[in-house]
Amino acid sequence: MYTQGLDIPKGDKSIPVEKADSAEALRFQARIDADEKIEPKDWMPEGYRKTLIRQISQHAHSEVIGMQPEGNWITRAPTLRRKAILMAKVQDEGGHGLYLYSAAETLGVSRDELVEQLLDGSAKYSSIFNYPTLTWADIGAIGWLVDGAAIMNQIPLCRCSYGPYARAMIRICKEESFHQRQGYELMLALSRGSAEQKAMMQDAFDRWWWPALMMFGPHDTKGDAEGIKSQHSEQSMKWRIKRVSNDELRQKFVDVTVPQAEYLGLKVPDPHLKWNAETGHYDFGPIDWNEFKNVLIGNGPCNKKRLKMRREAHERGAWVREAAMAYAAKKAKRNAA
Amino acid sequence: MSAVIDKADIASYAIRWGDDALILSHRLAEWCADAPELEEDMALMNLALDLVGQARTLYTYAGELEGRGRDEDAIAFTREERDYKNALLVEQPNEDFAYAVARQFLYDAFSLPFYQALASSKDATLAALGEKAAKEVRYHLKHSADWLIRLGDGTDESHRRMQAAIDELWTYTGELFVNDDLDRRLIAAGIGVDLAALKSAWNDTVSTVLKEATLQRPADGWMATGGREGRHSEYMGYLLAELQYMQRAYPNMKW
Repeated sequence: MYTQGLDIPKGDKSIPVEKADSAEALRFQARIDADEKIEPKDWMPEGYRKTLIRQISQHAHSEVIGMQPEGNWITRAPTLRRKAILMAKVQDEGGHGLYLYSAAETLGVSRDELVEQLLDGSAKYSSIFNYPTLTWADIGAIGWLVDGAAIMNQIPLCRCSYGPYARAMIRICKEESFHQRQGYELMLALSRGSAEQKAMMQDAFDRWWWPALMMFGPHDTKGDAEGIKSQHSEQSMKWRIKRVSNDELRQKFVDVTVPQAEYLGLKVPDPHLKWNAETGHYDFGPIDWNEFKNVLIGNGPCNKKRLKMRREAHERGAWVREAAMAYAAKKAKRNAA
Repeated sequence: MSAVIDKADIASYAIRWGDDALILSHRLAEWCADAPELEEDMALMNLALDLVGQARTLYTYAGELEGRGRDEDAIAFTREERDYKNALLVEQPNEDFAYAVARQFLYDAFSLPFYQALASSKDATLAALGEKAAKEVRYHLKHSADWLIRLGDGTDESHRRMQAAIDELWTYTGELFVNDDLDRRLIAAGIGVDLAALKSAWNDTVSTVLKEATLQRPADGWMATGGREGRHSEYMGYLLAELQYMQRAYPNMKW
């Protein structure tokens, strides 16, 4: 799972502004424009490298933190089949975290450093995981909406200019698409169930709909007025790290998802939602960017809980990791002797 | 011994082993997002997933034999605590990672020879499951034995924790090798596994691995029993409250 809402915040000075007119930079941009893949040993602008490290590591952290809200229901899953599906899904998310940390490492940063940034709060992860999973239907809503939104974001990343990231995304997208269908199938079962199950499904949908739309990040054009436009979006498009704008992706998501919701008998929690025959798209109401900003800066319902759990798990595991290192060293010494 | 094999006996037998798998998988799943390393998070979930798969096969088969309309979920989620017949070992809590490793290792060292023997059962379904499960459990044992050695022979702290976990859980290992009346009837019919006969293979594995891990093998003192008769520890009620939550709160629904 991933969100473009993680774009670099305005005013971040750690990403250098490049001189775009050096011979190397021009050659680099020409390769990008020719749709060539950039590989780890190739020359790249420092800003390109840092932007990728930031984006890939945030994506990796999101996968890892995302295990928590879903893991919240593994021991309470209603059937053994659903339990097995959820276990496999959460395992996939962990695997995505691993590929992505590996992809980031090709850019000259270690997984330990990245994990440290997550734990000390300096790195971000997708805000969507700062919302709680309160009922079983939330597991369906996450699969259907959150993985669904993630796929919309990620399909274009399979063509991202950086080779290792693009290749990791191909595999990840295949798995996410499976998760999305499983989530929808879970909702479908609820839609055919009792009044309690239908109510549970609608409640989950009401709570996840807007956060899912926020996953696509700030508006591309109106953003400045709202003070949260991602200033690096344009540069990322030029470098082909990002290939489709936030608003285009969000619109596509709404267009695809509304008929699916209707099929489930769900009411979309947006009084402004209306099919527009002229544009061939759904019009939808304004997004509450105050909520978005608040969750981003740490005031979401679960920000503190998610990070606390990750830190505690890391601390509790320290003696295990130390022991594994100590054992490996002893073994290497014995083998050398 | 009667030549007629009681289907209810085979059903009870399948449920008993399904319970071991289900309850152990529950304890493993509690590690989700809480393991010492991301790789281990995935590994523990993988073991849990194998065990859920084994439980499903066993419960489904039991339901068919009973012919009373119970499916895998009715058996997994809607019984009283006294009707769960898992060994006490598998319900023991995750005090720390060393406990999880010790519990897994002590059980894997038993379940590998168990499923290998079950593969020769005269009951075709149990035999097929035995063959499949033995393949899975072989990896589980490799994984848990590797950790036991790493932690036993790692740092002073890991050695101390690993020894404490082995010492604490040792008392639950005796129950694994006790044949009760059900076992005896099914052994005579060529369907069940002689549990007492698995002890020497278990002893060999455990002694070899403990030695490599520089850990002391505890003395075989008093052994706790009761799980196979449905007398569990205080931990079991909480585990079931969580496991059964949805089926108890929303009975008779399709999910």
